[in-house]
Amino acid sequence: MSVKHAMLALLSRRPCTTYQLRKDFDLSTSQAWPLNIGQVSTTLQRLHRDGLVVRESGTDDDTSSPEPWRLTELGRAELNTWWHSPVLREHRGRDELVIKFSLAVLVPGVDVVGLVQRQRTAMQRMMHDVTRARREVAMNDLAARLVLDNYIFTIEAELRWLDSVEESVARASLPHEERVAVEIEPETVPGRRTR
Amino acid sequence: MRASGKGATAAHGVVQTRFVLELDGVTRVHGEGARYVSALVNAHLALQPGEFVAVMGPSGSGKSTLLHLAGGLDVPTTGKVLVEGADLAALSVTDRAVIRRRSVGYVFQDFNLLPALTAAENVAFPLELDGWSARRARLEALAVLDEVGACELADRRPEEMSGGQAQRVAIARALVGPRRLLLADEPTGALDSATGTVILQLLRERADRGAAVLMVTHEARFAAWADRTVFLRDGRIVDETGPSDASQLLAEQAS
Repeated sequence: MSVKHAMLALLSRRPCTTYQLRKDFDLSTSQAWPLNIGQVSTTLQRLHRDGLVVRESGTDDDTSSPEPWRLTELGRAELNTWWHSPVLREHRGRDELVIKFSLAVLVPGVDVVGLVQRQRTAMQRMMHDVTRARREVAMNDLAARLVLDNYIFTIEAELRWLDSVEESVARASLPHEERVAVEIEPETVPGRRTR
Repeated sequence: MRASGKGATAAHGVVQTRFVLELDGVTRVHGEGARYVSALVNAHLALQPGEFVAVMGPSGSGKSTLLHLAGGLDVPTTGKVLVEGADLAALSVTDRAVIRRRSVGYVFQDFNLLPALTAAENVAFPLELDGWSARRARLEALAVLDEVGACELADRRPEEMSGGQAQRVAIARALVGPRRLLLADEPTGALDSATGTVILQLLRERADRGAAVLMVTHEARFAAWADRTVFLRDGRIVDETGPSDASQLLAEQAS
């Protein structure tokens, strides 16, 4: 996540103190990614060093000053570039869940179906909690709704992946002849309903 | 989940209970010998008033069987299904039909509204079958349509409604009269995502106002509107979400 660009975006609305920026960031993300004041302060120091923000008066470079920060023209240009650039998800690197299932299908004696179900139940429980929180968000709190919807769709995607793991495991456990039949059936039987 | 909290057995096989619906060790099998199929095995499930439970599972896992048994459309091979304390299998066919009409409301994926009747007539229909006068049934139907935000549809026929509007009317029909148990079979299956969410809001609202709702769905996002989700596999309840850690914590803090 780009804290740098989040600070630039918040400062594009109005000049803000370090403390206010931290508060506004938490509000805009429904406290999904809380920042401590040190992280905000360090980010602002770097932005100041790179000429993207200055103190409102344009003279004071003391980073501990309570005077508000504002964007420079350079900062505004950097922000515009960010708005116009699509965000591509970074490669997730070592994902414990994926590694766990990859190992589970290799190691003899692991109850993969049971493992899938326990994971599914835990994620569905999380889905209940996030959905409940989403229901309680005020209609006009668009930022919070977007953040919680993102959680919901992310959990849903992982639950669908679990369905796919389960199907793949079930298919792999069939005798070869049946496995071939299952794999070709959806295309060879017109009108078959699949869920 | 095991049913509990029963009181003494009263006359006519009706048990005093705090549950609207109880499945107590319910098994349903079809066929014999090589064609023997266990559609549901030793299922325990209980719903209190105001409780919303979702049922999920792959095709053929027993979801529809569970819903049919809960609504008295089928009877268990062993075990008991109690609706507001009445053991459905112990009732005559006629008495079971009365329970279905008075205590249970159904919501289907394809709405099942009668095409020749208006929304108000569709909603009033089960009351008229139960002996209500046409005038009184219509007044009650209009009140329920108003409750579900569909009073402007009262004089429209199903063909003049969108899918979301038709499902709203179907929910009104399922809840009209004294019924406190609502069984929903994929109620969002024929709807787009946004309309599906509106229908879930409505079901949630009905549960919050005291109805017990049992809903079969294959959408995790919609199941999450329920209080808990029960998972079925090969006819068995294999797991359920139960109260979350967060919910338990809140309950402990409140007590």
